[in-house]
Amino acid sequence: MDIAMTDEHSRHAPPPPDWDAARAGALIAAESGREGGLLPALHAVQAAFGCVPEAAEPLLASAFNLSRAEVKGVIGFYHDFRRAPAGRHVLKLCRAEACQSMNGAALAADLLARLGLDWGGTTADGALTIEAVYCLGLCAMPPAALFDGAPVGRLEAGRLAALVAEARQTGPSA
Amino acid sequence: MSARIYLPRDAGALALGADAVAAALAREARARGIGLDIVRTGARGLYWLEPMLEVATPSGRIAYGPIAPEEVGSLFAADFLAGGAHPKQLGRPEEIPFLKRQTRLTFARCGIVDPASAADYAAHGGWLGLARALALGPAATVEEVVASGLRGRGGAGFPTGIKWRTAAGAKAARKYIVCNADEGDSGTFADRMIMEGDPFVLIEGMLIAGYAVGASKGYLYTRSEYPHAIAAMNAAILAARSGGFLGENIQDSGFSFDLEVRVGAGAYVCGEETALLDSLEGKRGVVRAKPPLPALQGLFGQPTVINNVISLASVPIILAEGAKAYQDLGYGRSRGTMPIQLAGNIRNPGLFEAAFGVTLGELVEEIGGGTASGRPVRAVQVGGPLGAYFPRALFDTPFDYEAFAARDGLIGHGGVVVFDDSVDMAAQARFAMEFCAIESCGKCTPCRLGSTRGVEVMDRIRAGRDVEKNLALITDLCETMKFGSLCALGGFTPYPVMSALTHFRDDFTRAAAQAAA
Repeated sequence: MDIAMTDEHSRHAPPPPDWDAARAGALIAAESGREGGLLPALHAVQAAFGCVPEAAEPLLASAFNLSRAEVKGVIGFYHDFRRAPAGRHVLKLCRAEACQSMNGAALAADLLARLGLDWGGTTADGALTIEAVYCLGLCAMPPAALFDGAPVGRLEAGRLAALVAEARQTGPSA
Repeated sequence: MSARIYLPRDAGALALGADAVAAALAREARARGIGLDIVRTGARGLYWLEPMLEVATPSGRIAYGPIAPEEVGSLFAADFLAGGAHPKQLGRPEEIPFLKRQTRLTFARCGIVDPASAADYAAHGGWLGLARALALGPAATVEEVVASGLRGRGGAGFPTGIKWRTAAGAKAARKYIVCNADEGDSGTFADRMIMEGDPFVLIEGMLIAGYAVGASKGYLYTRSEYPHAIAAMNAAILAARSGGFLGENIQDSGFSFDLEVRVGAGAYVCGEETALLDSLEGKRGVVRAKPPLPALQGLFGQPTVINNVISLASVPIILAEGAKAYQDLGYGRSRGTMPIQLAGNIRNPGLFEAAFGVTLGELVEEIGGGTASGRPVRAVQVGGPLGAYFPRALFDTPFDYEAFAARDGLIGHGGVVVFDDSVDMAAQARFAMEFCAIESCGKCTPCRLGSTRGVEVMDRIRAGRDVEKNLALITDLCETMKFGSLCALGGFTPYPVMSALTHFRDDFTRAAAQAAA
């Protein structure tokens, strides 16, 4: 019996609106033949849908011949995998030592307080998610961040405020 | 007329606006009717001068930096395409003292070549190491790496050649080469720079390793936080494959090898080699007990050489120039060069590759120019989040695996993070415990629980509660973590904590002293 298919009722977070089981299944199948393909499959699902919803777990379990608990354990282990999509823009702020040395911690705390968010939180308008990251390899231009994947260095309050304003004014970036 | 400009696409240069400079250059050239060929390179590693562009002139390259997009018009007006005088003109890049003092072996091409071009790699001495290895044969190649004295640049400092010898001697149908490019230590960016600036040297190093030990498949495991490095490696792998340097019967040698990039998912502990192997297998990145050594039973239970990016990227020049040339450089048992990364609150941050033996004080004060803030240097963390904090009193420590160990520190992957006198060292000790708690894989109790208890104890100390009792407790906890953890995450978190306490004790007792006053 496929236990993974019987616990529909335990799903709390609904899948994202654009969830498409057939498309997810095809993405997973494309990775399932590779050695150790589970991580590439999880990345592919998240790239397509912005998260790895619980609805993906039975598909992954079946494709990789794992229990659903094992799949859930892998998803839960890695900080990157989200259970629900992030905001339209994502600011990954580095919290590590090199960025601390140039006032990064106070800068981040001020920003979070101003937005009324904790790490990982999304603004109420859905525009911006602020994520903690531990080192971007931009330790020669601290404090550093990735804004929708683009590196930003030597952050100060004015630049951060401009990034937030940009995120709240514009639609999703390509 | 047509001119050639070199401008980095390195993520660090991008973070400082290199793309906007590229766009301004193209716009201005078009307006002036000048044909401009902008080659996007890696970075030289002089990050306080980025975005730094270089112009190809008949007498060599001339550098200008740091350039803001608004300054591009004035560059054209100054005839910079002929190397004209300008307030931002830096002269020949190799004459800039920061670069001139270095011994660039592993980074010889970084910032110079086009990282997307296999032809440019070949034109700058690429593939010579592989050619020599193929001429020597597998066993002599292993012995060449042993003789070079190369030690693992990821941090552990284990002799690379011995790992190779072990894997070469193992009998198995399949063997693997795994490149550990999970560069998670704060203050380090050497792996990122190589992947973005000279990806073919890493491919060549992995090819040589594969040939030497009899492996036919390689994985490069890197971080999701490095999107530009991933793109550069994937492009280079495609180019190498179409150029006959990956795949079946490489360069008609009979040797076949292929290579794939795998991307982690934000777990620091996956930089630990056995956790990395589990992650590559598609599992949670949980640390394995050793033995068995990965060289005998690694990825999918098969003999596996797992080496850091810089170790593998140093192999081609060792083969090309011979072990002796490499072994002749260095200090004590630390042979060859080390790419040191100057980071944090430092005036001249960047990549400094030099023979072992340069002192911490020279690195921070002379080469690095002191702090960026202009305030006095107070503490320097060497070797990432698991490395010790050094006070100025220990600035005479030479950069050498053993010398740092003798002072209860480590050089790790070569990151040097400078803090000025505004730093609160008790807060840094707390952060070390917090980071360990966030990133622990959960396998060992001292790491999984000890790190959280460590945060709580540090909070009590910083609040001035029962400070002497709690200092004894954190010391005891650090002993337990150090000796009771399987890997360096739990085992080395005590380094930053105890070094902060040993060298900056006032920061731990200040709250209590103020309460008593």
